[in-house]
Amino acid sequence: MNELEENTAQELSDDMKILDEHIDSEYKWGFVTDIESESAPKGLSEEIVRFISAKKHEPVWMTDWRLKAFRHWKKMEEPHWSNVHYPPIDYQDISYYSAPKSKPQLNSLDEVDPELLKTFEKLGIPLEEQKILSGVAVDAVFDSVSVATTFKETLKEKGIIFCSISEAIQEHPEIVKKYLGSVVPYTDNYYAALNSAVFSDGSFVFIPKGVRCPMELSTYFRINAQETGQFERTLIIAEESAYVSYLEGCTAPIRDNNQLHAAVVELVVLDDAEIKYSTVQNWYPGDKEGRGGIYNFVTKRGACRGKNSKISWTQVETGSAITWKYPSCILQGDNSIGEFYSVAVTNNYQQADTGTKMIHIGKNTRSTVISKGISAGNSNNSYRGLVRVGKNAIGARNFTQCDSMLMSDKCGANTFPYIEVENDSAKVEHEATTSKVGEDQIFYLNQRGISTEDAVNMIVNGFCKEVFNELPMEFAVEAQKLLAISLEGSVG
Amino acid sequence: MLTIKNLHANVEGKEILKGIDLEINTGEVHAIMGPNGSGKSTLANVLAGNGGYEVTAGEIRFEGKNLLELDPEDRAREGMFLAFQYPVEIPGVSNATFLKTAINEVRKYHGKPELTPKEFLDLMRDKSKILGMDENLISRSVNVGFSGGEKKRNEIFQLLMMNPKLALLDETDSGLDIDALKIVSNGVNIFKNKNNAVLVVTHYQRLLNYIVPDFVHVLYKGKIIKTGTKELALELEDKGYDWIKPDLIEAETA
Ligand SMILES: Nc1ncnc2c1ncn2[C@@H]1O[C@H](COP(=O)(O)OP(=O)(O)O)[C@@H](O)[C@H]1O
Ligand SMILES: [Mg+2]
Repeated sequence: MNELEENTAQELSDDMKILDEHIDSEYKWGFVTDIESESAPKGLSEEIVRFISAKKHEPVWMTDWRLKAFRHWKKMEEPHWSNVHYPPIDYQDISYYSAPKSKPQLNSLDEVDPELLKTFEKLGIPLEEQKILSGVAVDAVFDSVSVATTFKETLKEKGIIFCSISEAIQEHPEIVKKYLGSVVPYTDNYYAALNSAVFSDGSFVFIPKGVRCPMELSTYFRINAQETGQFERTLIIAEESAYVSYLEGCTAPIRDNNQLHAAVVELVVLDDAEIKYSTVQNWYPGDKEGRGGIYNFVTKRGACRGKNSKISWTQVETGSAITWKYPSCILQGDNSIGEFYSVAVTNNYQQADTGTKMIHIGKNTRSTVISKGISAGNSNNSYRGLVRVGKNAIGARNFTQCDSMLMSDKCGANTFPYIEVENDSAKVEHEATTSKVGEDQIFYLNQRGISTEDAVNMIVNGFCKEVFNELPMEFAVEAQKLLAISLEGSVG
Repeated sequence: MLTIKNLHANVEGKEILKGIDLEINTGEVHAIMGPNGSGKSTLANVLAGNGGYEVTAGEIRFEGKNLLELDPEDRAREGMFLAFQYPVEIPGVSNATFLKTAINEVRKYHGKPELTPKEFLDLMRDKSKILGMDENLISRSVNVGFSGGEKKRNEIFQLLMMNPKLALLDETDSGLDIDALKIVSNGVNIFKNKNNAVLVVTHYQRLLNYIVPDFVHVLYKGKIIKTGTKELALELEDKGYDWIKPDLIEAETA
C-alpha cells in the first residue's frame, strides 16, 4: 500500500470503529474499592474531618494534613472571578461523607428514567452495564473484581503501583507524604482546600524509574459509577524516564445526588518522563431548563520537575451544569513540554469556564494549547488561559489556539487570554477564531446525501479533530458519540 | 427525467426566477448560458433544495417525484448532484470520510449495502486517476487550502464517485486553465451516458467545446429567452447577449 492508501485505510478503519457499537475494552478495567459505611451528618467541622479520616483508618499525619487544610479553608473566600453564575452554595448543607452505595437499588431497567435509557442506547452501552450505571441490582456474572485483579498482577511485575489513594495512604505512606499537596497545596484555592480536608477517594499511580506502563490506566469509572466521589483526589508520579497514559472518564451521563464536585489531580514528572492524562467528562448537565446539574470545580495541575519531561492534558468536556477547570503545567525542568488539548461543549443552560495555565520556569520550555469551544442553546463557554514566562525561562515558547464554534444565536463564547512574559527571548503566539456552524457547510453536505444531523456532527467532529487525534482510539470514538448526543437537535 | 414548469423563486424577498420552463430527458446534455446575475446559480440551488431560496410558484418533477417536497439530502439520494460554483470548505473532515459517508447514505436510501473499505478504495483510486488528482488531496480536509481549480476538480471527482442521475454543473469551468478544463470536461464526458443527464451552467462558450450540449438555453433576468442547439452558444460567443435581450430589442423597435 502506498501512503495515500494507508492514510485512507487508517481513516476508514477509524470510521469503522466509530460505527462499531462494541465499546467494552480493557482500558476500562481498573480497581474497585470496597468501603462499607454510612453517611456523615450534613455540615463541615473539625469533627467531620476527623470522622472521615477515622472511617478510612488513616494515619495521624494524614488526619493532621486534612485538619490544616480545613482550618485554612475556613479562612478563605469562595472565588467569584470566573464567568459562571450560580446560586450561593451552602457548604454546611452538604454531607461530606456518604455511603458509597447511595443510589437507590432498582429491581429492573423498567424502573429507570426512560431518557437515561435512550442515551445509553445511543452510546451502545451493553445491557448489563446499563443496569450498573442506573443502579439496578446485577448478578455476579458481571463481576469485575477478578478482571481487575489480573490487571493489577501485570502492573505489579513492572513495579507499577496503581491503587486507590486510600490504599496508597495505608500501603505507601512515604510516597504519598512526599508528593501529596506538592503540586496543589491546600492553600492553593478554595476548592483545593476543601478537597484536601474532605477528599473521599481517588486514584494513585506510581511509575518507577525507566518503566513504560504497558497499558492505558483508567479509573474504571464507567462501571463504578455508583461510587464516583464528590471530592476525588488523584496523584500520579512518573519517575525518571517513565511513561504512563492515564484515562479518566465517564462517558455515560452520570447522575449524582451531590451537586458540588471538587476534585484535585496532581501530576509529578521527573527527568525525561511523560504523563499523558486524558479526560472525557460527562457529568449530568441538568435538564433542558438547566435544573439539577452538577457543579464541577476542579483543580488539575502537573509539575514537569525534571529536564525533558512532558505533560499532556487532553480533555473532552460535555457534561456538568457548571465547569470550572484549568488543567495546568508548571514547566520547571529545562526543555520540558506542556500540552493542553481541549474540547468543551455547552448546551441548554450549561456554563463552562475552562482553560489552562502554562507556567514557564525552566530554559527552552515549550507549551502548546489547542482549545475548541462549542456552544449551543443558551449556554456560555469561556476559555481562560494564562501563559507566564519567568525571568529564567530563556528561549521559552508557547503557541495557543482558541477556536469557538457557535451553534445558535443565543449562546455565548468568550476568550480570556492572560500573557505575562518576563524575558525577551520568549516567543508567545496566540490565535483565536469564532465561527458559526455554516448554513452553506450544512447545505453542501446535504447535497451529497448527508442529513442535517449527520452534517452537523461531521462539521463539529472536524472542528475538534486536532484534539480527538490526541485521545486514545476508544476514547476518541466515545467522545465523538458524546458530542453527537450533547448537541442533538441544537442547530439553529 | 426533469420537468420544470413555470418556476418562480425569491432570494431574500426579491424575485429572481420569473417563470422557468425546462424539460430534460435522459441521455441529454443541456447548457444554460446567460450574463452574470441572470439567475443561473439560483436555478441550480433551487433544484438542489438550498433553504436560502424560496419557491413561490411552479412545479418541478424529478424522476416522477415532486421534487419540491423532498429535503435536499433526499434529492441528492434520488440522484440530483450539484457541482457548486463555490465549493465549501469543511475543516477537519477528510475527503475520504466525507465521500464514504455520502456514498453510503445514498446506497442506504436505495436499500444497498455499504461499500467495503476495499471497494471504496478501488473506486477512489479509479476516479481520482481520471481527474489527475494529486493523491494527497483525497486525505486532506474537504476543500481546505485547495486552489480554485483544485476545488472544481474535486467537485467532478465527487460527481464520478457518486454517479448520480442528473449532474448540475454550476460554472465548473471558471478558474480553470485550459489543461484543467480538458481534464474536467473529460471527467464529465466519462460520466455521461444514455441513462443520465447533464445540465451545464456557464457564461462562457469555451466549456461547450468539450462538453457538447444537445440544447442551449439563454437565461436572462430570470427567464429563458431563447433555446437552440450548440450553434447558439457559438453565436453568443460571437455577438454577445445584447441581440437577444428582449428589453433591448423592444427599446430598439419602439
Ligand atoms: N444569497 C443571495 N442573497 C442575495 N441575493 C442573491 C443571492 N443569491 C443570488 N442573489 C441575487 O440573485 C441574482 C441572480 O444571481 P445568480 O443566480 O447567482 O446569477 P448567476 O449565477 O446567473 O450569475 C443576482 O442579482 C444576485 O445578486
Ligand atoms: Mg452563478
